[in-house]
Amino acid sequence: MSSLAVKVSKLSKIYGNTTAVQDVSFEIETGSITALLGGNGAGKTTIISMLLGLLTPTSGTIHLLGEQMPEKRQTITSKMNFGSPYVDLPKRLTVRQNLDVFASLYGLQEPRRRVEQLCEELHLQNIIDRPTGKLSSGQATRVGLAKALINAPCLLLLDEPTASLDPDTADWVREYLKAYRDLTGATIILASHNMTEVERVCENVLMLKSGSMIDHGSPFSLIEKYSRQNLEQVFLEIARSPDGAK
Amino acid sequence: MNEDKSIPRIPRLAAPKAEQRADRSFSLIRVAAMIRRYLYLLQSGWIRIIELAYWPIMQMILWGFMTEFLLNSSSGILRAGGVLIAAVLLWDVLFRGNIGVAVSFLEEMWSRNLAQLCASPLRTHEWAAALIIISLLRTLIGVLPAALLAIPLYQFSIFEMGFTLLAFFSNLLIFGAAVGLSVSALVLRYGLGAESLAWVGIFLIAPISGIYYPISTLPDWLQFLAYALPSSHVFEGMRIALAESRFDLGHFYNALMLNAVFLAAGFFIFLGTFRIARRQGLLLQIGE
Repeated sequence: MSSLAVKVSKLSKIYGNTTAVQDVSFEIETGSITALLGGNGAGKTTIISMLLGLLTPTSGTIHLLGEQMPEKRQTITSKMNFGSPYVDLPKRLTVRQNLDVFASLYGLQEPRRRVEQLCEELHLQNIIDRPTGKLSSGQATRVGLAKALINAPCLLLLDEPTASLDPDTADWVREYLKAYRDLTGATIILASHNMTEVERVCENVLMLKSGSMIDHGSPFSLIEKYSRQNLEQVFLEIARSPDGAK
Repeated sequence: MNEDKSIPRIPRLAAPKAEQRADRSFSLIRVAAMIRRYLYLLQSGWIRIIELAYWPIMQMILWGFMTEFLLNSSSGILRAGGVLIAAVLLWDVLFRGNIGVAVSFLEEMWSRNLAQLCASPLRTHEWAAALIIISLLRTLIGVLPAALLAIPLYQFSIFEMGFTLLAFFSNLLIFGAAVGLSVSALVLRYGLGAESLAWVGIFLIAPISGIYYPISTLPDWLQFLAYALPSSHVFEGMRIALAESRFDLGHFYNALMLNAVFLAAGFFIFLGTFRIARRQGLLLQIGE
C-alpha cells in the first residue's frame, strides 16, 4: 500500500451558485492524525462527506487507501468508517443490535465476538442491551465510536468527535483515538472546532476558510509561522483576516 | 463518566476478518443484516405488531358484514360469496406491500441513519432487496390474522383459492413493493415533508384497480389506463376465480408482465434517486 492514505486533488463542490469547496488539494500519510480546521461553512463536513462517498464532487479526484473514490466505493468503504454527532443509530434498537447489524454490513466473520470486544474496550458492557435512544450523550458518543470502529478501519473519519461531551469523557475519547492509531497504524481525519484537542491529538492541520484550503502544517509549525501562542490564536487570525493565510 | 476513568484499553485483536470480498456486487449477508435490522425494530415493541394487523382486521370485519347484507340483495357477482372480503384482503396485500417498503425506508430517515448506511459497504440494490423481503414479512403479519378471522366470522376461507391466491398475492406484493420503492425515492428526493406520500400514494391507483367493482364499470378511456396496472388484472382475475371457479391465465400473465416493468421502474427510480442524492448532498440533509 502507498504511504499516502489520502490523496485529494483539485476537489470542488458547487451547489448551483454556491461554492462549498473550491480546488482543495492535500495528501495525508498513512498512520497520521490530521485535523480539518475551519469556522462554520468552511467546508469541513463537505470534504468529509466527499471522502465518505456520501457526496459526489463537482470536480477533482479522491484517492483513499490507494483506490479512487467513488469508483471503488465498495472496496474502500469496507476499510474505512466514520462517526459524527450529526448522524444517529436507530434509537429503538439496543446497542448490541445496532452494532450487530453494522458488523454484518461490514462483512465481519464473527460479528458477535467483535461487538463484545468493542463493548469491553469502550466500557459499554452495562448498556449493551439498552435501547440506543435511552443513552446519555457521553454513552451515545462511545456507541457511535464503537460503530465507527466496528470494522477496525484503516481510515477513520470523525466529525467533531468530542462535541457536547464533558471534559472527562472528551479526554478519554482523545486518548482512545491516539491509542487506536498507535496500535493499528490507522489514519485518522477529524473535523473539530476544539483547538486544544487538535493541538493535543493531531500531527497535521489543514486550515480551511470559505471552502478553500488556506494553510497547512503541524500545529507547532503553524503556531510558529503566525507567531502566536496557541492554535486558537492562529485560527482567530486566519478567520478574521480578509485574505486568510500569511 | 465514572466507569471510564481508566486509560483506554485498545484493540487487542488484529483487524476483524471480513467474511467475503466487500466489493461483491450482491451480498446475501448484507441483505440479511438489513432484514435483521428491521426485525429488531418490529420486536422492539408489541404495539408495532398489533398495528400491522389492526387495520386489515377492521377492514375485513366492516366489509364482511357489508357482504352479508349484499348477499341477499345484489347482483350475481356480489352473490359469489366472499368477493368483497377477498377484495379487502387482497387490497391490503397491495397496501401493505407498498407501506412495508416505504415505512421501513422512512425509519432510516426518522432515525438519521441514512448516512451511516450509505457510507457502509451496503449497496443500494441490496437495501432495496431487504426492503422488499421485510415488506413481505410485514404483509404476512398484517393480513394473515384478518384472513384467519374471516373463517369463523363469515365461513369464508381465502386459502381455498390455493394456487390462485398465491398468484394474486405475489403479484400484488411485487406491485406494492415497486410503488413503495418509487415513493421512498420521492421522499429521499423531497425530504420528510413528502412522507405522507408513503401512506396515501397507493390510493391514487385504487379507483382504477377495480378492487370492489369490475373494470367494465369505468369509462372506456379509464379502462385503458386501468389495464396498464397489474392490480386491475389481479382483481379481475380474483372475481373470475370466485364467480366462475377458474384461474384466468390471461389476467395472470398480464399482471406478471406488467409487474416486471413496474418493478424494474421502481428499482431504476430508487437507484437513480440515490445517485441524485449523492450529487445534491441529500443524504446529509434529511429534513422537511
